[in-house]
Amino acid sequence: MQSIHVRTKINGQAAEFLCEPRQSLLEVLRDVLRLTGTKEGCNDGNCGACTVEMDGRIVPACLVLGAEAEGADILTIEGIAEGSALHELQNAFLEGAALQCGVCTPGFIVASKALLDSNPDPTEEEIRFWLANNLCRCTGYDKIVRSVQAAAEKMQQEATS
Amino acid sequence: MSTSTLEPKSTSAAPAGKSGNGAPRRDSYEPNMVLATQTFDVVGTRPVRHDGADKVTGRALYGADLALAGTLHGAILRSPHAHARIRSVDTSKAEQMDGVHAVVTADDLPEAEDKLVDVGEGDTRLSYVHGNVLARGKVLYQGHAVAAVAARNQHVALEAANAIVVDYEPLPSYMTAPEAMAADAELLHSDLRMKEFGEQTDKPSNVAEHFHWTAGDVAEGFAGSDVVVERTFDTATVHQGYIEPHNVTALWNHDGRLHIWCSTQGAFVVRDVTSKILEVPVSNIKVTPMEIGGGFGGKIPVYMEPVAALLSRKTGRPVKLVMSREDVFTGTGPTPGSHVRVKVGATADGKIQALEATLAYEAGAYPGSFVAPGGMCVFAAYDCANLSVDCYDVVVNKPSSAAYRAPGATQAAFAAEQVIDEVASKLGLDPVDFRLRNAAKEGTRRADGPKYRRIGCEEVLQAVRDHPHYAAPLAGPNQGRGVAVGFWFNVGLESSCTLNVNTDGTVHLVEGSTDIGGTRTSIAMQAAEVLGIAAEEILPEVVDTDSVGFTSVTGGSRTTFATGWAAHDAAQKIVAEMRARAAKLWSVEADQVQHAKGMYSSNGNSIGFRDLAALSSKTGGPVSATATVKPRGVGGSFAANIVDVEVDPETGKVEILRFTAVQDVGKAVHPSYVEGQMQGGSTQGIGWALNEEYFMGADGTMENSSLLDYRMPTALDLPMIDTCIVEVANPGHPFGVRGVGEANIVPPPAAIANAIHRAVGARMQRLPMSPPAVWAEVAES
Repeated sequence: MQSIHVRTKINGQAAEFLCEPRQSLLEVLRDVLRLTGTKEGCNDGNCGACTVEMDGRIVPACLVLGAEAEGADILTIEGIAEGSALHELQNAFLEGAALQCGVCTPGFIVASKALLDSNPDPTEEEIRFWLANNLCRCTGYDKIVRSVQAAAEKMQQEATS
Repeated sequence: MSTSTLEPKSTSAAPAGKSGNGAPRRDSYEPNMVLATQTFDVVGTRPVRHDGADKVTGRALYGADLALAGTLHGAILRSPHAHARIRSVDTSKAEQMDGVHAVVTADDLPEAEDKLVDVGEGDTRLSYVHGNVLARGKVLYQGHAVAAVAARNQHVALEAANAIVVDYEPLPSYMTAPEAMAADAELLHSDLRMKEFGEQTDKPSNVAEHFHWTAGDVAEGFAGSDVVVERTFDTATVHQGYIEPHNVTALWNHDGRLHIWCSTQGAFVVRDVTSKILEVPVSNIKVTPMEIGGGFGGKIPVYMEPVAALLSRKTGRPVKLVMSREDVFTGTGPTPGSHVRVKVGATADGKIQALEATLAYEAGAYPGSFVAPGGMCVFAAYDCANLSVDCYDVVVNKPSSAAYRAPGATQAAFAAEQVIDEVASKLGLDPVDFRLRNAAKEGTRRADGPKYRRIGCEEVLQAVRDHPHYAAPLAGPNQGRGVAVGFWFNVGLESSCTLNVNTDGTVHLVEGSTDIGGTRTSIAMQAAEVLGIAAEEILPEVVDTDSVGFTSVTGGSRTTFATGWAAHDAAQKIVAEMRARAAKLWSVEADQVQHAKGMYSSNGNSIGFRDLAALSSKTGGPVSATATVKPRGVGGSFAANIVDVEVDPETGKVEILRFTAVQDVGKAVHPSYVEGQMQGGSTQGIGWALNEEYFMGADGTMENSSLLDYRMPTALDLPMIDTCIVEVANPGHPFGVRGVGEANIVPPPAAIANAIHRAVGARMQRLPMSPPAVWAEVAES
């Protein structure tokens, strides 16, 4: 099968890769580029573990073809922290014990960041609605929702101070 | 540390109802029963978990993230039939495909010897484990592994697997215990003979085992009762539903050493079971447990490890196998569907006179459904002299069942706790009051024989009774409040731990318990408490089977309890050694050196742990200690729920309006992660109650093997899950710890069913209580 040459941007850096036409963006991220922070839980768009941001929208990377990344701007969990400083969401997830096994966590953090980028002060209902495509089997979501609330509060304080 | 005792205390180190951050919980409530005579500096606090940074940055390495140089990728061909004889398997076409390196079938496995093997939480016949890894002669469920391929990449492997030609002769299939128990049912296993009352009989049967426990005189108890209620309940097959699919990489090296990297709850179980299946000495196998993306009991069994090993031996290269979600649903887990009859009799003054239950659980393709623990737990919350429990472990044509969080107990509680509620209601008694009048306590004899040591059943029920949620008004029609209580054990098994003191005063902690939910930290905290240093100064590491002493599975709610105990004991050895080192500094005897909170002192001299650690080279060399434990002082746990629901009579949809989880945890080592266990277990119980089930087609195949159609709870389906931690110290553990991880899944389906009954009058006798099921019941009642 002939490979496709794709030029894209991942976590702020130009990236190029070769992929087979049938390879998903998830496969490319994990197997070709070795960005394994994006997880596979179902490979059919129903668990949210592979959530990445693509041109400002969150998508399940398993439902995007690698070839579709041509010219796109992609953000993965590896690009959330800035240098050595964790994002407030990452801090809040740790302080709030919002993860147990941690395998859904990258997807939740990427999705939550997209929420707070567009809605800095979401209600509990808005958080629950936004995160409804991210499955967590360990926590019952309580501490995840609270941690997103805590991060939102902290980020707003920082923004106004 | 002295053994803990109980006395009332008004405040707790772990304020119930307040999480690490976020808004305070409504109606925060602290039960007036906590560990009292011990105060702690580290235990009971909420440090950030040691593996946290790795897990929020995507850096933590799970099994599927591993990519060794030269790795081949595998795929497994699975049976499309629920039950069929395998006439032939033709792998020739697959073997010739470009990019295919090897194909294996059951013929590549050594013949299974007829012996028992410890599979993590008990023994089973080796031939069953063998047969489940790769089918031999017959397939017993849709999804049963038949053959496997190693190829250049996963796509080629999958294409090749699909090119294997299997000639099947379909056979009649049985999906439920009553069907498989019918007199004319064909045998799934021609050599299966029923075990009855602990004795092997010569009766050919699909009932693998019949257990029976009895005490007192049940007939007399019912005769003397004013109210007797008897009902029958069924529950559907559900899956553990961990987000990370099973995965393994195996390298059978040219020196004969086999190295396995995988997602497992027990690296030593993988090592030992693989050793038995492949007939390789355990010393030739090293298992490295990768980070694990959930397990809940479902990652105790060995599925693909021996297959990857065989493929690696054939190819001389590392071979990686990762399940698809469909493979996970059809080829692993699930928890047994059940058929349970419960009969309860009580006198007008609210005293239970007799308890009777019959439980038949679907083991799936091979014996071992956890029906016996179900029978042990069915009446575990009650003190009654007359009881009788029968349990049937029944093989059916579904995937071989695996443990799922308090395995067996949730199905039993769904039945028993509804009948208990109905008896209370017929007697005109408050359901919590009725349970309290009959609550099990220290000295109560459980159905299966043992007498309880100190337990917290009454305290949990008192916390339910006194919780503001229980008195809060309901807001409208079709709303109802339910309660239920459940029990689960705590097992000791075996654990090892090594502590290596660094010269900067930190301590590396080496252990072998897979960390599914923060146990690196809860174990480290117990060592820190003994050493008198901060939790952050302990650096825990979960290592491979060559690098730590034997450690049993992360299961049975045992990891914080038992591996924590090993850490406690190793830390005590470190303290003894540090006293000797300080004694050397001051030219005194070790017994003249006192230790308190990390300070060592004698006759006016004193030195802190860190400074003493820095001098280790001058006082005799490295300081290190190992402890191994096989603890006996296990502490079972009771959990209860208060749940408010609203039922939409038009659609049958049940909404959870408010949910409070109460649990006796002995001592919450890390309250945030204890709350997390309670919330997670409750949510799995809610999913089991309302949505989750295997839809089996007429041909015995699963029709909803995706996470869209197998509907687990999402964030949008749930309210906040309020927690109420009760701490009745386990006198058997140095810090009073009980098993925490499992009991919380037991009461939710029953509590929700009781709430539905109060809301709309329908008595739900089947799980799940999905909209069509509830709608039908509402229409009837």
